[in-house]
Amino acid sequence: MSQIKESIPIGQNGDVVKARQVGREIARRLGFRVIDQTRLATAISELTRNILRYAGDGICYINGDENGTFANIEVVAEDHGPGIVDISEVMQDGFSTGNGLGAGLPGTRRLMDQFDITSKPGLTRVTVSMKRTLNR
Amino acid sequence: MRVPILKIKNLLLTSIQIDLDDQELADFRADMLDKVQNTEAKGAVIDISALDVVDSYMARIISETAHMIGLLGCRVVVCGMQPSVALTLVEMGRELVGVETALNLEHGLEKLFGTMGLVSMFQPDSDDETDDRTIQGSSR
Repeated sequence: MSQIKESIPIGQNGDVVKARQVGREIARRLGFRVIDQTRLATAISELTRNILRYAGDGICYINGDENGTFANIEVVAEDHGPGIVDISEVMQDGFSTGNGLGAGLPGTRRLMDQFDITSKPGLTRVTVSMKRTLNR
Repeated sequence: MRVPILKIKNLLLTSIQIDLDDQELADFRADMLDKVQNTEAKGAVIDISALDVVDSYMARIISETAHMIGLLGCRVVVCGMQPSVALTLVEMGRELVGVETALNLEHGLEKLFGTMGLVSMFQPDSDDETDDRTIQGSSR
């Protein structure tokens, strides 16, 4: 039984690297398999890069817990940037406004179990999570 | 942090050993292009076996780097992608489209030497090879 909470301020390129490394480490400590550690770290990388690119700065919360049977990890990426005008548009493959690929958000959704996004001018919040049965 | 790019004869060898941020990855792309031009390399191997995260942006930069080097006339192989990275990229709908890849460094070099036409690069005596070709040619 353990619980881990981290918050990583995002404001420069190195913070994206830090956030995905912290996320991977938390997932590893909670007992997630390598492939799920990679999925999670990749999702964090996408979300925190979006903060940097579209809002300039923000914060990434990583909350994990396990009870011996299940491990759960939730990532909240939050910023106070201009917001997303049309969420359904950015969830389409191939759509991008910021010189990205257009695979960031839809790709992230496919990597994680749960995906939730809310956005208005001044507050954008993307919440993703993953839950696994522990094999011990 | 700069990624070292080693030159061996007409081959460039590089291995990304640390988790690069976006700027460092962009610097790596520029350095590779400079190095290909300055060394007149005919082949390049980019080893990514130490990368345990390759997200959509990183995949794009690696893919672009390979394409750009190719446009300069240098053969390039990206090698050593971790299985979990390959799985994640495909799940996201993001792959290294049109980029030559190999399981590891050894297979990458084999690809360059073999199918990609850099056969003679490390052969000790290129005269022998010329002779072989002559004999083969005359026996037809």
